Amino acid sequence: MCPLTKDIFYQRALKILGSLVILTVFAIFAFLFKESIYALKTHGTVFFTSATWHPTENKFFILPIVLGSFFIAFGALLLSLPLSLFAALFTCFFCPKKIKWWAQRIIELYAGIPSVIFGFWGLMKLVPWLYEFSAPGQSLLAGILILCLMIFPILTLSLMASFEMSSREVYLCAESLGLSKSTYIWKILIPSVKKQSLAAILLALGRALGETMAVLMVCGNIPSIPKSIFAPVRTLTSNIALEMSYAMDSHRSALFLSGFILLLTVSFIFLASKQSSIILRKKGAL
Amino acid sequence: MKTKLSSYLAAFFLFLIIYLIFKDILENSFANFSWSFFTESPTHAGRQGGILPILYSTFLILLICLTTVIPLGLGTALYLYYSNSKSTVWLQNSIEILSGVPSIVFGLFGNALFCIYFSLGFSILSGGLTLALMSLPLFVNTVSKGLEATPSNFLKVSQSLGLSKFTTSINVLIPFALPSIVVGIILSVGRSLAETAALIFTSGYVDRMPESLLDSGRALSLHIYDLAMNVPGGNQNAYKSAAVLILLIFSVNALINLILKHWYKSRIPL
Repeated sequence: MCPLTKDIFYQRALKILGSLVILTVFAIFAFLFKESIYALKTHGTVFFTSATWHPTENKFFILPIVLGSFFIAFGALLLSLPLSLFAALFTCFFCPKKIKWWAQRIIELYAGIPSVIFGFWGLMKLVPWLYEFSAPGQSLLAGILILCLMIFPILTLSLMASFEMSSREVYLCAESLGLSKSTYIWKILIPSVKKQSLAAILLALGRALGETMAVLMVCGNIPSIPKSIFAPVRTLTSNIALEMSYAMDSHRSALFLSGFILLLTVSFIFLASKQSSIILRKKGAL
Repeated sequence: MKTKLSSYLAAFFLFLIIYLIFKDILENSFANFSWSFFTESPTHAGRQGGILPILYSTFLILLICLTTVIPLGLGTALYLYYSNSKSTVWLQNSIEILSGVPSIVFGLFGNALFCIYFSLGFSILSGGLTLALMSLPLFVNTVSKGLEATPSNFLKVSQSLGLSKFTTSINVLIPFALPSIVVGIILSVGRSLAETAALIFTSGYVDRMPESLLDSGRALSLHIYDLAMNVPGGNQNAYKSAAVLILLIFSVNALINLILKHWYKSRIPL
């Protein structure tokens, strides 16, 4: 069958739009790389050898900031993982049928709360509360707690999705064998969805690493390696948000470089998450 | 029994947190609320006055974002629909990466591309375009799901009638996927309303009434951030702006649920 000429044009127009999207992604990588070349060329080693982060004196010691990002992201993930697991179990198994719909809507609403609102609430309520235990209140712990609350709903929703994909037949079979719900959950369900949950956890980790506003508002933003969980820290993202507005030359380039590092890390995590779910689907685990 | 108990506790904790946040923000902002908040310009760096120019800038940014994301996203979704999945691996991976790019990196990119390379400066246009790129993956994924739900015999019938792909798209696919397109638009609006970090270095801080699209304009979420962090004594107005933002997000969510529940419910497999 000969395709209509009109169709060829149409298909081409669509292809151009699609290529525009691919081009954008390339442009993001290209621009961030281009802007960070300057810092790599002139201060390639300064990032790891100088002792402090003093951009005006060309001292860019990035290690405390990278560590700050990772401490906060992993801390938040570790805290929110058990919470989300149980919250997902609640909505999937223990929740009365009537409120299940409402519970899901509420979690979706929760997931949609803007990060700036979390940051603002943390600054107004959580930080003064932590201040009573140990000054200054704006601290690593505050960042971990706020970020934990932020990825809590996201992780819950994706765990719920993976629980719901698990086989209904196996559940009925377990029920007919007279297994209790908790036996079914711990001995059958969790082992079977362990690998799929990995994709969800990786996605949450990517989100946590990339989170800016909430962390920026509650962490205190001092670029040094934290001595305790009550010490203030600065993350890669908040470093960019704080200094970009007045950064010049090598400082600006250094900030773009930290953004580039962040971009590479997060895209790697997202692609790994997608690959792991594709591989699992091929194996027939889903 | 232990499992059941801890799951109830976790769920209780979840609802408690969302209740605390809503209660705190709504209580504090309704304490001394007046309608003039919506009709006045901010004075004293936002400590007093209202948020009229900020709402207007937010609206303009959203408008730019939607006028870019709808044609681009719809075209991409249709392209994905018509092509077999092997030939579009690159596009799919690009969308996947785009959905993971942190918002601050979008801010950096928008600053480097729109503000400096295209020399648009700190403007509503740059901010809107940056947000469009950011909400694109969400929109494409939602619309794709709607398109894939079209029954395959619709396509076969339209092929047998000798309709071109263009006509099929306009008269069959798009009307059928309309609910999912609307949901995609609303999701993009919600995402853009919530966004702060990408706007700091693209649309700027100026809290005057914008005169054109090339003017800098402050978005609502950025206003909250600025009042809370940089303006001592701005908490009262920050609370009120946060309440406005929360109510906007709330209505966006309610709208999505309304559409999903009542408008062609079976057609949107979300």
